[in-house]
Amino acid sequence: MKECFFDLVDYAIGRLQGTETLLATFCGESSDFVRFNRARVRQAGSVNQASLRLTLVDRGRRLHSTLTAAFDLEVDRAAIAAAIAAMRAELPSVPVDPLLLYATRVASSNRERSGRLPDAEEAVDCVIRAAGGDDLVGIFASGPVFRGFANSLGQRNWHRVDSFQLDWSIYLSGRQDVKDKAVKSTFASETWNAQEVARRIAAVREQLPFLALSPRAIEPGQYRAFLAPAAVDDLIGMLSWDGVSARSQRTRQSALQKLVDAEATLSAAVTLRENTAEGLAPSFDETGFPKPAQVELIAGGRHAGALVSARTAKEYDTAANGANEEESMQSADLDGGALPIAESLAALDQGILVGNLWYLNYSDRASGRITGMTRFATFWVERGRIVAPLNVMRFDDSIYRLLGSELKALTHEREWIQSRSTYGQRSVESSRVPGALLSNLTLTL
Amino acid sequence: MSPSRDLEEIARRFRRIAPATEQCTIRVVEESSTTTSVRRDVPEPVTRSIDRGAMVTVAEGDGLGYAATTDLSEAGLRSAAERALRWARCTRGRTVFADAPPRLAPGTGRHHRVAVAEPDWTVAERIDLLRQESSQCRIDDRIVDWQASLWTIRSRRLLASAGGDELLQQHDFAVPALHVVASGGGLTQVRSWGGRNNGLCQQGSARQVAQRSGFAGAGRRTAQQALQLLQAPKCPTGTFDLLLMPDQMMLQIHESIGHPLELDRILGDERNYAGTSFVTADMFGSYRYGSALLNVTYDPTRAEEFATFAYDDEGSAAQRRHLIRDGILLEPLGGALSRQRVERASWDGFVATARASGWNRPPIDRMSNLNLEPGSSSLEQLVSSIDDGILMQTNASWSIDDSRNKFQFGCEWGQRIRSGRLTEVVRNPNYRGISATFWRSLAMVGNASTVEVLGSPFCGKGEPNQLIRVGHASPACKFSEVAVFGAER
Repeated sequence: MKECFFDLVDYAIGRLQGTETLLATFCGESSDFVRFNRARVRQAGSVNQASLRLTLVDRGRRLHSTLTAAFDLEVDRAAIAAAIAAMRAELPSVPVDPLLLYATRVASSNRERSGRLPDAEEAVDCVIRAAGGDDLVGIFASGPVFRGFANSLGQRNWHRVDSFQLDWSIYLSGRQDVKDKAVKSTFASETWNAQEVARRIAAVREQLPFLALSPRAIEPGQYRAFLAPAAVDDLIGMLSWDGVSARSQRTRQSALQKLVDAEATLSAAVTLRENTAEGLAPSFDETGFPKPAQVELIAGGRHAGALVSARTAKEYDTAANGANEEESMQSADLDGGALPIAESLAALDQGILVGNLWYLNYSDRASGRITGMTRFATFWVERGRIVAPLNVMRFDDSIYRLLGSELKALTHEREWIQSRSTYGQRSVESSRVPGALLSNLTLTL
Repeated sequence: MSPSRDLEEIARRFRRIAPATEQCTIRVVEESSTTTSVRRDVPEPVTRSIDRGAMVTVAEGDGLGYAATTDLSEAGLRSAAERALRWARCTRGRTVFADAPPRLAPGTGRHHRVAVAEPDWTVAERIDLLRQESSQCRIDDRIVDWQASLWTIRSRRLLASAGGDELLQQHDFAVPALHVVASGGGLTQVRSWGGRNNGLCQQGSARQVAQRSGFAGAGRRTAQQALQLLQAPKCPTGTFDLLLMPDQMMLQIHESIGHPLELDRILGDERNYAGTSFVTADMFGSYRYGSALLNVTYDPTRAEEFATFAYDDEGSAAQRRHLIRDGILLEPLGGALSRQRVERASWDGFVATARASGWNRPPIDRMSNLNLEPGSSSLEQLVSSIDDGILMQTNASWSIDDSRNKFQFGCEWGQRIRSGRLTEVVRNPNYRGISATFWRSLAMVGNASTVEVLGSPFCGKGEPNQLIRVGHASPACKFSEVAVFGAER
């Protein structure tokens, strides 16, 4: 796809006239998807797709035009010529954009992480066999993902990641008295290893006996809790939603506004950064600016910075740091702490082990208050041992308590989590987070 | 001459290369969109987009495979068909359809819904309107952020079989929106108009939907309401009668009726992602979902509603059906393929609502247009019936468990009702409940004069993930004794 993208960009640049400048971004993938239910296939197929966003700039005005690339040179060239002609005709009718900012210093790059991915049939065989008749449900996705940038100033950026991901749950079946109890897991890698996939599915199956224990009902209230890394990832993910965005902070809409205003702090153990150097996302933004290796957002529990897109940088006269237009984290990285993860249940002693959270939303954004549900493997723990599964419970608590006053420890070990999002296209976001021991989590329903 | 002759040519191309197999279909989708926006009085870059591709689906025995591609040449379609056939053979004997092989059988028909005869607004006209509304928002220094936007989409879909059946549909959609932020005295409040929060998402051209919804003049009114919220006391905590206006009813219907009734959830397909349902297949025909005032329909017949269509993406003809009548649950939201998988169903037929978000995703069960039928009470009667309660309007926060039972929703706008009269505005109103019991507290249903036809462009579910348009028409409704609470400060 790289050659296809750069060939099309060269063609587009050849269509420019006078003082026109062209920016182009590319998103593509060649993916296999297999959806499982009860360890049988629900849907299976392949998707080959690519889209090209062209931005025509002239005398301070600009327009975007996005089109699908058909990988048919004649068809694609005709579509590009038509798009440029349409933008050129329309450009005089749009106002000058005072917030127009794009990279003018050429910073080309090429990062290609080729992997060894499985044949589709092999993957289906492996998953069904490893499930061993248990009730496995989930999705297998595999194939290369591509991102690119180019402009008429000569910059060329290319980013390719080969990966597969199996995201699955195994439900306890055959028990009339235990309903909807499951253990969830995910495994992503650049290199297919059927033995490792089977081992991980087996490890989940081994946890099912805990779900078969008589479930315990608990009342709403405040409980000591250990959040597994996947649950912490859900919490940190919320900060991507108008939390660490410079635009949100400048317009006082950030969920971290009290932190930004130094009215509140988080635990000194909390240090959060956008870590492009160690993530899966590309090291360039949609306007051609290179991303710094790291951007510190929270340091020692205090506000340290924000993600700044090119447009926000121009609007507020500050420096851009390669953020996307939404100013959300793509490679979130939360520092670990001192608690060995093997000692997390002992440290919890009595309380709730939360495997996953679900459907988080702000219940009071200005106060950093978040609500959501526990989901999948969530257990009641006594004397450091799992004694019963819990039915799902709703929490409603402030980020200043969860990552502040009530945060007792972060685990030393951190989990690297590849985004499972496939809305429109497979995501290249990832995160690295520890587990968290809380002295107090507020359950409300 | 057909306005979709290019799609028909792709169908002919497909028939030339379709493999000799039991069943094979192609679904071609093209969506053209234009996004215009003005933020803080500065026009943002206009974006035009054309997304075009096709999915070939093959069924052999119980095997089912698809391949989606942007390459619509004969060679590209042949390659996709071969890939889909390989998937069908790879999965044969191992699918959820083992006992009832899937049927891919579109009918034949044409359903052009060209919304406007005259040309729609130009980009320059759209920007002029948005600039005007944006400037009207700037009424006070405490208005710190504001944005006016207009998003339009034209969708063309063709579903054809190798055997010659063909269904063609075209729809126009428009989403006008305003978002205003007021900040002062240590508080920040958001008030919006249109867009996803207010559900002003309808079929029609930009001109039609903007005029129908009263976009012109909404900027100042929205900014005034943002300032009102900034000065309002926080919503009280306690148990109150709750009056939900249609733009919150939309969310309540969507999350705690629509999703639980999706048959693919009930069959377990979504358990790893969007979740399961507290509803089970044996409840249909007898389960009391809500009070006797609750009547819910799947209604693809309202021309302006966001998810009105003639055929779903499996080729089934869409027809209006009652899903809940007088509070009793009758049937689920499941397309023909899902219905095939249910043994001994207690309901007849199926709801034509299997849809794909685009050419690159396969159809799954969606709610499409899911409406709450009007009752007999005027808004004045609803308000006057409440001695001590709260009116809530415009969704701001939504969260519900994976079986769609325990929910917590928040709104932008609240207003106290005392002794049958609307009184002071309150900010950050929230309420929580349990679907299985909440609808039984439905105490009054507004009449047709209170109904609004709303929708959302962003209903997410499926693996791989899919965002799709849904429509919800609802009257205002009163619920008794609901747990309500407000903000921290």
